[in-house]
Amino acid sequence: MKQPLLDMRDIVKSFSGVRALNGVSITLGEGEVLSVCGENGSGKSTLMKVLSGVWPYGSYEGEIYFQGKLIQANGIRDTEALGIVIIHQELALVQELSVMENIFLGNEIGSFARLNDEAMHHRASELLARVKLDIQPDTLVRELGVGQQQLVEIAKALNKNVKLLILDEPTSSLTSADIRILLNIVGELKAQAIACIYISHKLDEVLALSDWVAVIRDGDHIATKAASELTQHDIIAMMVGRQLEELFPREDHEIGEVVLRVNKATAIQAGASRPQVDEVSFELHRGEILGIAGLIGSGRTELMQCLYGCYNGQYRASIELEGQTKQIRSQRSALAAGIAMVPEDRKRHGIVPIMSVGRNMTLSVLDNYKANHFSSVFGGVDEDKEYQDIEEYIARLKVKTASPELAIKHLSGGNQQKAIIAKCLLTHPKILILDEPTRGIDVGAKYEIYKLMYSLVKEGVSIIMVSSELPEVIGISDRVLVMHEGKLKGEFDHQGLTQEIIMNCAIKEGA
Amino acid sequence: MFIKIKTNQLQLFAMVAAILFIVVFFTIMTDGSFISPRNISNLLRQTAIVVVLAIGMVFVIVSAEIDLSVGSMMGLLGGIAAIFDVWFHFPIALTILLTLGIGLLLGLFNGWWVAYQRVPSFIVTLAGMLAFRGVLVGFTDGVTVAPTSSAMSVIGQSYIPFSWGISVVSLLCLGLLARVYSRRKAKQQHGVRNQSAQFEYSKAIAMVVALLALVFILDHYRGIPTPILLMGGLIIILTYVAKRTAFGRRVYAIGGNIEATRMSGVNVERTKMLVFGLNGIMVAVAALILTSRLGAGSPAAGNMAELDAIAACVIGGTSLAGGVGTVFGAIMGALIMSSLDNGMSMLDVPTFWQLIVKGAILLLAVWLDVKTKKAR
Repeated sequence: MKQPLLDMRDIVKSFSGVRALNGVSITLGEGEVLSVCGENGSGKSTLMKVLSGVWPYGSYEGEIYFQGKLIQANGIRDTEALGIVIIHQELALVQELSVMENIFLGNEIGSFARLNDEAMHHRASELLARVKLDIQPDTLVRELGVGQQQLVEIAKALNKNVKLLILDEPTSSLTSADIRILLNIVGELKAQAIACIYISHKLDEVLALSDWVAVIRDGDHIATKAASELTQHDIIAMMVGRQLEELFPREDHEIGEVVLRVNKATAIQAGASRPQVDEVSFELHRGEILGIAGLIGSGRTELMQCLYGCYNGQYRASIELEGQTKQIRSQRSALAAGIAMVPEDRKRHGIVPIMSVGRNMTLSVLDNYKANHFSSVFGGVDEDKEYQDIEEYIARLKVKTASPELAIKHLSGGNQQKAIIAKCLLTHPKILILDEPTRGIDVGAKYEIYKLMYSLVKEGVSIIMVSSELPEVIGISDRVLVMHEGKLKGEFDHQGLTQEIIMNCAIKEGA
Repeated sequence: MFIKIKTNQLQLFAMVAAILFIVVFFTIMTDGSFISPRNISNLLRQTAIVVVLAIGMVFVIVSAEIDLSVGSMMGLLGGIAAIFDVWFHFPIALTILLTLGIGLLLGLFNGWWVAYQRVPSFIVTLAGMLAFRGVLVGFTDGVTVAPTSSAMSVIGQSYIPFSWGISVVSLLCLGLLARVYSRRKAKQQHGVRNQSAQFEYSKAIAMVVALLALVFILDHYRGIPTPILLMGGLIIILTYVAKRTAFGRRVYAIGGNIEATRMSGVNVERTKMLVFGLNGIMVAVAALILTSRLGAGSPAAGNMAELDAIAACVIGGTSLAGGVGTVFGAIMGALIMSSLDNGMSMLDVPTFWQLIVKGAILLLAVWLDVKTKKAR
């Protein structure tokens, strides 16, 4: 038998007595692609940290052989020297440096006293060509889109003479077009005998791309099977340990009168060549789920920022809420008007990581807990009243936490998201904006969030959902708006809507 | 949860242990004069100013900002108080009110630049550090403003009679125990896991014992100094503000993640400005105590006091990255710093050594903190 490139044997890793990995074994040959699937918190990330040397040799049980040799890594540098490179979900590029400088960061060509810019420029051009990225090496990274940055990371990995590339949820923030490019690149690397471990929640990509699929659940290795023998449903069933009825639990609900009328919303970023949002007008009905689709940069998020009063630039919009004209100048005025938003970037705009789950939930409504005893004079918080709300919403949204007093950073992404939704619901919004509500969230939590959305619209809340996942947009929304380059390009009823229709509308140029 | 409480307890024990170690060490080295009532009274009066500055500074640092201007501001406010008192013969109540008001305004001024004009607080308050000192020297023409009135000296130099002191402190102790009891009960009601009863009650009882012991010791030397009582009152108020008010909650949230806090509809700018305003008031109180103690307004007063205040916060576990820190910790930090000062002075350690030791302690304390956090 041919010797495998990577052979991880019975990996066990515990954190203060709790087993995060319970004897996981994985093998991978040269030029093969293996997908690792599992719900958040199942141990995928821990496994990758063990492999990439974040957890040094000796801090785990089991053995890892790479090209037949036992790895005894002390850190990422050691595994990178062997040719194992991990690209994280959160990109690790220095925004203010050029593409070239990023590629060679830590591996500069030249002497200590003088860098050889010409050689680096030349080599960078070669690497960029290999990842089919048509940009100059001296472009600043911050000028690139997320998809392009992802490719720069791969170019950087290629420069390190990578033999095994680990991609940790690379497509979670990419648009469909960017994803296609990335998947093509992975295919080409495969042809160059570079193996790849691919971690993703997007099962269609997993099946299209991989030779093998390994499923991990609660630290246990459930199975590794050839991708050709599997369907999405098989994988989900292995991940959650039960058969989900369906991915999208659509429920019938009443759609009422128009609650929100947005007229000619326009948003302009200083120095930009075109408006990010260009005279967009639309209506939203009571109890409706309105999906908004479009590529990244189409102005979806910016439109939502205008509605929530947090757009970072100049914007104007005539907004009519339940027949009354509203001026939304800040997040405060949006909340006062009855508009709440779950932001796209959970870590940056959603959670206060070191604060407790409960306190994150009540952050928007602290004024509701003005104590009614003497301390109210000093603006005291009535913690009994606060606890009642926290308990109620933890139960209602099924937030899984050991205690409301646990710092929210210890929760999984799905439960953090539920806590942020709870924060919005506590303000009793008429309109709830969800920007990428299920990004990076495992299947089970996704399902619960969809269920919750339907129970909200049944109560008469109207929901606007921005999403890059087209199946989700089609599967959940009542009506879908498609944006392209700041303009509203189309409006569709969910019935008979397909991904092709949306993509055609989202990509096509001109009128 | 489990781990978090562990480290919190660890930090608390480490600070208490450090203070005990320092006390025992200097007591042995000075043949017991370190814990004589007279010295303890002295030590605490010296600490009062640093504590008042530090508990204001905690709010600034928790909101992920810094205030380098407090030393100069304290000098300026002390000078202004002395000028009102010595040159204009204002009644003491008016002097106090004006000084507090000006302190508030100077703080809000700093805060306005930081919050609404987005100038980094390091720069705003560095500018203040220079400019406030300049204004002080200009006002006083570089000479000491003295002597202050007898009414003025009450703030920093008088003592509270024993009967008064013991009743206030006893009341306080009862309040403390009742508070711990009612919090635990409320938490139980809501099914929130309490820290172990043993830990919470022994903490409360240790504090009660320490407070009572302090009153009796101080009684052997003239009674409780007025500035200590003042400091105690401010500690209670600011602990309450930090832990129990919406304002305090928002300060921690801003330090933890300002963007998420803004997205939650909190008026981030106003809260930040108020933090600096609160700090300004605390600086004014410290300035009044200082001027009263010195009996004069000096153009050099308060030099480098900002560094003592920042050091006290940091030793007390406040994170310069924001979001983490307690009033209690800052008090402990201030106590550690000033007992070192006091003890070394008693041992006639040369000033240069004192500076070196204090610097080393600061570095060591934060290093330990970083180490223990990493270890988990």
